[in-house]
Amino acid sequence: MRDIYMFFASFAQTWGLMLFFLGFVGVIVYAFWPSKKMQKNFDEAAQIPLKED
Amino acid sequence: MSIVQTPITKRMTFGETGLLIVFSLFAFFAVVVAAKAHTSAYAFHAFVFAAASVAAVFAIGNRYMDRDAVLPPQTIDGKPNYNMGPVKVGTLLAVFWGIAGFLVGVIIALQLAFPLLNFDLPWTSFGRLRPLHTSAVIFAFGGNVLIATSFYVVQRTSQARLAGDLAPWFVIWGYNLFIVIAGTGYLLGITQGKEYAEPEWYSDLFLTIVWVTYFLVFLVTVLKRKEPHIYVANWFYFAFILTIAVLHLGNNATIPVSVFSPKSYILWSGVQDAMVQWWYGHNAVGFFLTAGFLALMYYFIPKRANRPVYSYRLSIVHFWALIFLYIWAGPHHLHYTALPDWAQTLGMTFSIMLWMPSWGGMINGLMTLSGAWDKLRTDPVIRMMVVSVAFYGMSTFEGPLMSVKAVNSLSHYTEWGIGHVHSGALGWVAYISFGAIYCLVPWLWNKREMYSMKAINWHFWISTLGIVLYICAMWVAGILQGLMWRAYTSLGFLEYSFIETVEAMHPLYVIRALGGILFLIGALIMAWNVIMTIRSPETVAETTGAALAPAE
Repeated sequence: MRDIYMFFASFAQTWGLMLFFLGFVGVIVYAFWPSKKMQKNFDEAAQIPLKED
Repeated sequence: MSIVQTPITKRMTFGETGLLIVFSLFAFFAVVVAAKAHTSAYAFHAFVFAAASVAAVFAIGNRYMDRDAVLPPQTIDGKPNYNMGPVKVGTLLAVFWGIAGFLVGVIIALQLAFPLLNFDLPWTSFGRLRPLHTSAVIFAFGGNVLIATSFYVVQRTSQARLAGDLAPWFVIWGYNLFIVIAGTGYLLGITQGKEYAEPEWYSDLFLTIVWVTYFLVFLVTVLKRKEPHIYVANWFYFAFILTIAVLHLGNNATIPVSVFSPKSYILWSGVQDAMVQWWYGHNAVGFFLTAGFLALMYYFIPKRANRPVYSYRLSIVHFWALIFLYIWAGPHHLHYTALPDWAQTLGMTFSIMLWMPSWGGMINGLMTLSGAWDKLRTDPVIRMMVVSVAFYGMSTFEGPLMSVKAVNSLSHYTEWGIGHVHSGALGWVAYISFGAIYCLVPWLWNKREMYSMKAINWHFWISTLGIVLYICAMWVAGILQGLMWRAYTSLGFLEYSFIETVEAMHPLYVIRALGGILFLIGALIMAWNVIMTIRSPETVAETTGAALAPAE
């Protein structure tokens, strides 16, 4: 039982943490990437609720 | 050239036949369980399941008799043929359960002020009515709002008809049957004794089936969308549905004593059990009461104000920051307990980090109105939703503050906690729901507006006064209570006996009950307004219905 705990704990406290942190940094980079195409995509998506059909 | 039309013979679909068989068999099984049940309360629940199964058999049979040979098409003249029936039912049930839940809240508030009102009966004691209140407002009122709006929003933002034929109806009625089973169970004394996870193993299993169906209906509707993007509100709904499924399964890993007994035992015990319970409990707040209702914010505020959300980029960061942070905050419910110190500190740290996305989200919601602030004055529905976002900001500021250990040592176990929960529940969750209901009812029943805008104004001001009375009374009560409990004399004895602290609470409990009554009155005005809107003969000539200007 303790071995299993130690295995998961050591993974969570090193690579697991890094993975989550990098994932989050990736999201920030994606959301704020300064590109015309992305801005157009986001603007289009923001208009979705206002469409009448 | 003539077209020869071959008459289509009416056949039962696979779903109809399958569900008829399943429900018939289940009715039989439930009767057997009722006959052999260990307790009479459990036998009653088995009968409710049997009756519901028989009702489902009749409903499916009748529907088959009445319907056309072919099922409703996905599109009519190239435009999506939306399925709004389940949305209508969910909206009305939300109004009904809201009033029921607020009423029980008023009753238990009065019980605390005047204990005589417990009537010395087990069924009407505070201990049984309190979970009835919390489940009625969170799961019955809030849950129906979330299911109804999610079915509406996912169709409109995907430009696609809701997936499934019987499945959406099973979700709505199945979920409400779960509510009835849970609520009557509390009154009869069936409970797991875990906050927000009171229902026993058989209700939990049934809810799991309903919830998986809900997830599939939502997922398949998104998958068949005409719109290239998945609008941000749908991301929030996804997070809500998926995370609640995981939490529900995790915190209810129980083994029943017998299929004929309502009692079950969880796989783990002691502090592990407490930790899992508050991992569940806090994320029920995070993903049911926050992520779910943020989906409402991201759809209904832009729609009503007729302006896109302030920053779509910020909404993406808001979403992912909530997902990454919320799940770790649970241990702050277990400060100064047997839980390891590092886990308590972890919960506190992540709670404080939550300030960032919460306020980012609040700013995003409020700034959507920039350039249209005059609507606050002219449109009471917008006003309600904007105040709700302000309350979101306020209670998500207060929460992290209370999770700091030093503050928690004063606030925990006091009325401050109750005040905090209600600034979130009444101010944020209920107000954004009322706003959404005021938007949805005219849209669903093809009316130009609600029957009376004046009544919405009255609802807003009466219930706002109620909230202010409620939370101020609870802040004062909580801090008073906390200070009295920790007051020592110069000789090191406790200065006050417990009953003295209870006595000091009395006037504040009365004020709180008054606040609750005002909130209930507001909801009754809303119910009247909803009924009058639906009954009013004036309809918008199919402009909001099926035939509309083509989507660009």
